Amino acid sequence: MSAQPDLLYSGTENDLRAAVRSLLTDRADTPALLARVESGDPYDTSLWDTLAAGIGAAGLLIPEKLGGQGAGHREAAVVLEELGRAVTPAPYLTGSVVATEMLLALDTQAPEVADLLEALATGHRVAVPALPLTTAPDDAPPAGGPVNAVADAVRADVLLVPRPDGLYAVEAAEVTLTPQTPLDLTRPLATVAPLGEDTPGTRIADAPTARAAVRRGLLAGAGLLASEQLGLAEWCLEESVRHTRERHQFNRPVGSFQALKHRMAQLWVEIVNARAAARAAADALATGSPDTPLAVALAQAYCSQVAVHAAEECVQLHGGIGMTWEHPAHLALKRAKADSLAFGTPGRHRQSLATLADLPAPG
Amino acid sequence: MTDAAELRDRTRALLRAHPPATTDRTDFLRARFDAGLAWVHYPPGLGGLGAPRSLQSVVDGELAAAAAPDNDPRRIGIGLGMAAPTLLAHGSDEVKQRFLRPLWVGEEVWCQLFSEPGAGSDLAALSTRAVRDGADWVVNGQKVWTSSAHVARWAILIARTDPDVPKHQGLTYFICDMSHPGVEVRPLRQITGEAEFNEVFLTDVRIPDAHRLGGTGDGWRVAQTTLMNERVSIGGARLPREGGMIGPVATAWRERPELRTHDLHQRLLALWVEAEVARLTGERLRQQLVAGEPGPEGSGMKLQFARLNQEISGLEVELLGEEGLLYDDWTLCRPELVDFTGREAGYRYLRSKGNSIEGGTSEVLLNIIAERVLRLPAEPRTDKDVAWKDLTR
Repeated sequence: MSAQPDLLYSGTENDLRAAVRSLLTDRADTPALLARVESGDPYDTSLWDTLAAGIGAAGLLIPEKLGGQGAGHREAAVVLEELGRAVTPAPYLTGSVVATEMLLALDTQAPEVADLLEALATGHRVAVPALPLTTAPDDAPPAGGPVNAVADAVRADVLLVPRPDGLYAVEAAEVTLTPQTPLDLTRPLATVAPLGEDTPGTRIADAPTARAAVRRGLLAGAGLLASEQLGLAEWCLEESVRHTRERHQFNRPVGSFQALKHRMAQLWVEIVNARAAARAAADALATGSPDTPLAVALAQAYCSQVAVHAAEECVQLHGGIGMTWEHPAHLALKRAKADSLAFGTPGRHRQSLATLADLPAPG
Repeated sequence: MTDAAELRDRTRALLRAHPPATTDRTDFLRARFDAGLAWVHYPPGLGGLGAPRSLQSVVDGELAAAAAPDNDPRRIGIGLGMAAPTLLAHGSDEVKQRFLRPLWVGEEVWCQLFSEPGAGSDLAALSTRAVRDGADWVVNGQKVWTSSAHVARWAILIARTDPDVPKHQGLTYFICDMSHPGVEVRPLRQITGEAEFNEVFLTDVRIPDAHRLGGTGDGWRVAQTTLMNERVSIGGARLPREGGMIGPVATAWRERPELRTHDLHQRLLALWVEAEVARLTGERLRQQLVAGEPGPEGSGMKLQFARLNQEISGLEVELLGEEGLLYDDWTLCRPELVDFTGREAGYRYLRSKGNSIEGGTSEVLLNIIAERVLRLPAEPRTDKDVAWKDLTR
């Protein structure tokens, strides 16, 4: 590794965080989120408009000449930290990161690519990749037929469909979408199937370009997912600390027992680590570092487990209330567990590291 | 304010006046101290220039480029890291003038007389007594886990001066002369076979009142200066990738494919991830300090450094198979320097057991993080308002 990554937050990044947090605090509080989740349509369209166009978050990765903000992965990572904290249902990671990054890997002079990017930059349209959420950066995309576990497909206007002969942009109206019942209610999943052979969509890349674009999109998705996991873990720890300071049993706050406080201190150490790992991945993506695949695999191998650990501890440290539907801990737990499968499990990323760090398997 | 350009000029002037190639090492170090280039953030006259601490690297870079001798900081770590900041913060002018130069130059080694057989994590419960006798104090007691005591000229010492008040209030902080005939140093053999530490028995040791640091009964507050600096110094070194305990095991894995198993592979990868993430956390901490935004993140560094050292060295012993059953040398020796990754795998495994005990046990550090960083309520205590003499021992 040549230069050290910049692991801090810039002033601009802190301002962006403040804007997103303020929006989510006002408009996406827990009762509102629970009500929407139960309605079967968790997305808040007006919230998306403000986040995407008002704050400009949807176009952070898109260059200004294509209608975006011309910012980068470090800024998008900060947005994801906040979306993770609030467990907000929004097609940000799938659309504004993975699909956007895939399109940016194509010929952005081509009108069909440029027009789509311009529409994505303002959030007026949403594109998501027609890939199972579990697809890791090193995985080959499905070769055709119905695709299960496509995240945010029900919220998409356009699907980016990899086929053996290239990448296609297909209007949502031209596919059959069958919603699935997801473990994580805040990130809806659906099966995407071709409507018929006469509606293939628009071919926007040949096969080699498509493969590179899918990999680049998934690498950015995996790397920035770490920031979502960081934000989620932070929220879980803060709520656990808040609860155990207030909750009294045996005539004292339960947070005064070492059996509990040591677990929260341990989580804090993990979160401090997760921040360094997530920032390193975001910075590597932003600077196009040759170390990016390693930084991303490292962040995923680490941060996935921290988010799951934090959410599981959050449920346990809340006692009975943590098991109730009314308390939001379960939303975080379900998101954290689903996130640990997204873009490859920690084990899958450790397997990548065996190659990247030259620690080969036996035999 | 002294800036980088001025420091560079002063360093070059020092090198011109005292060319390292033809100057005695001690003379050069003394001249460097007198030029204010020892620790630039210290005050003028005490080895510094009152400059920002971050500018030390300018001086160090110039001196390294000129192949100038250094003061071998690892040999005098307790003096530099713990005694010096305490002397600076709490010593009289006479004390600072007398002690700081030979301390920094390395002519006088320092050790720390804090822990006792009955006072480890509960340091404030210590029993070593100091009784006033004219212009002196007379000290009796036993200290333990004292590294460098057998080579030290001076010690920082905490002793009880008032047993009738609660434990934190009856302590006083002293400079102790290790050459006094009442000081007896005995090696304390550890599980590694070596004696890196000592037991120190103090019998009617006389300390002039001028060698008291801070007020009588103010020792606990003074000790905080020392302990804060200890925790900063343990676990804070900048490392390249695979620079710590993971390095030898990763190398063995690459060079000796016959040792590889699937189980060890999974565990090695998991530990490699943790070690690399911990390294990035250390890097982030340094970037925060450079940017003038220190956070509480450092509190966790020693904690995870201890656990990782233990788990990684344990894996290494297992990886080595038959060789893992061997040990390099059980001969009792008294090393002046400690290198946690030095020697062989068995030594690393055993020595790292101390990492979660020395400088604050991992359990105490978790309490500190929980109570000072997360602001969780403290456990109810039974020792705060009771006179020390009435505590259970």
